[in-house]
Amino acid sequence: MQREVALIKQSLFDQGYLDEQFMELEELQDDANPNFVEEVSALYFKDSARLINNIDQALERGTFDFNRLDSYMHQFKGSSTSIGASKVKAECTTFREYCRAGNAEGCLRTFQQLKKEHSTLRKKLEHYFQLARQAGPKETARRPK
Amino acid sequence: MAEVLLPRKMEIANDPSKFGSPDPLHVLAVDDSHVDRKFIERLLRVSSCKVTVVDSATRALQYLGLGVEEKSVGFEDLKVNLIMTDYSMPGMTGYELLKKIKESSAFRQVPVVIMSSENILPRIDRCLEEGAEDFLLKPVKLSDVKRLRDSLMKVEDLSFTKSIQKRELETENAYPVHSQLKRAKI
Repeated sequence: MQREVALIKQSLFDQGYLDEQFMELEELQDDANPNFVEEVSALYFKDSARLINNIDQALERGTFDFNRLDSYMHQFKGSSTSIGASKVKAECTTFREYCRAGNAEGCLRTFQQLKKEHSTLRKKLEHYFQLARQAGPKETARRPK
Repeated sequence: MAEVLLPRKMEIANDPSKFGSPDPLHVLAVDDSHVDRKFIERLLRVSSCKVTVVDSATRALQYLGLGVEEKSVGFEDLKVNLIMTDYSMPGMTGYELLKKIKESSAFRQVPVVIMSSENILPRIDRCLEEGAEDFLLKPVKLSDVKRLRDSLMKVEDLSFTKSIQKRELETENAYPVHSQLKRAKI
């Protein structure tokens, strides 16, 4: 079971969903804090759901306040970076470029892509954490005490 | 007589806890991002620091007693060894917080580190000019935190070592007959 967990994790890295920052987070886990990464992840998805909602509403209004959109995306990119959400981070960067260019069409298109990546990552991480819990603490807790 | 006094003297000399040990560094971390707050708190705890985390510059100033209603009562004992703040925050930025801290007589000596996801040279320059101790690019690494901690501990160790030496001198003066016993201590 632990091997399956390890393989899933490896594929998340290989496919570019996660980057080294995720490993940095895992390094911070220990026996006393074995669920740290899962907790950060939960926080990230809660925060980002709120941001997505805000951006959706802003885009729906159709007025395209690029400064405000860029500000939301700055936050989104920040937390995506902190958790190692590589593909989501890339979409955030692209979105911000379109904001700076004042390209509404580009923003809308990119945002759809971003939501897709975000949703995919959430499902994959939920699956990963669920399996990791079942497999037992050995796989998730990395840092020796 | 000497045998009766000897164990007690040795105990004082050999038991470092009698002198106390250096307190862990107390770090005040400021970030409006919930994810980043959780992350920096963990980095600091793993590095054996005591951590206080707040979500805005305004709250940081309140914590330090530098808020709008400036109260100096009760804040003399507040020991903060390091302040780590995000740069981009709504309301007051980390840069503005840095300035306020450097303007205060109580806390201007406290090192302030700015964290930012953006590698903007003029921004970095401005912060360093205003007296920031360091500028860290996010995501902050554990090695960054440990490096900061180590350099600050050197300062703390120095003052701690000096206080140990002072105590030893005082103890020696209190027991001049037994001064040769001190050489037996670790």
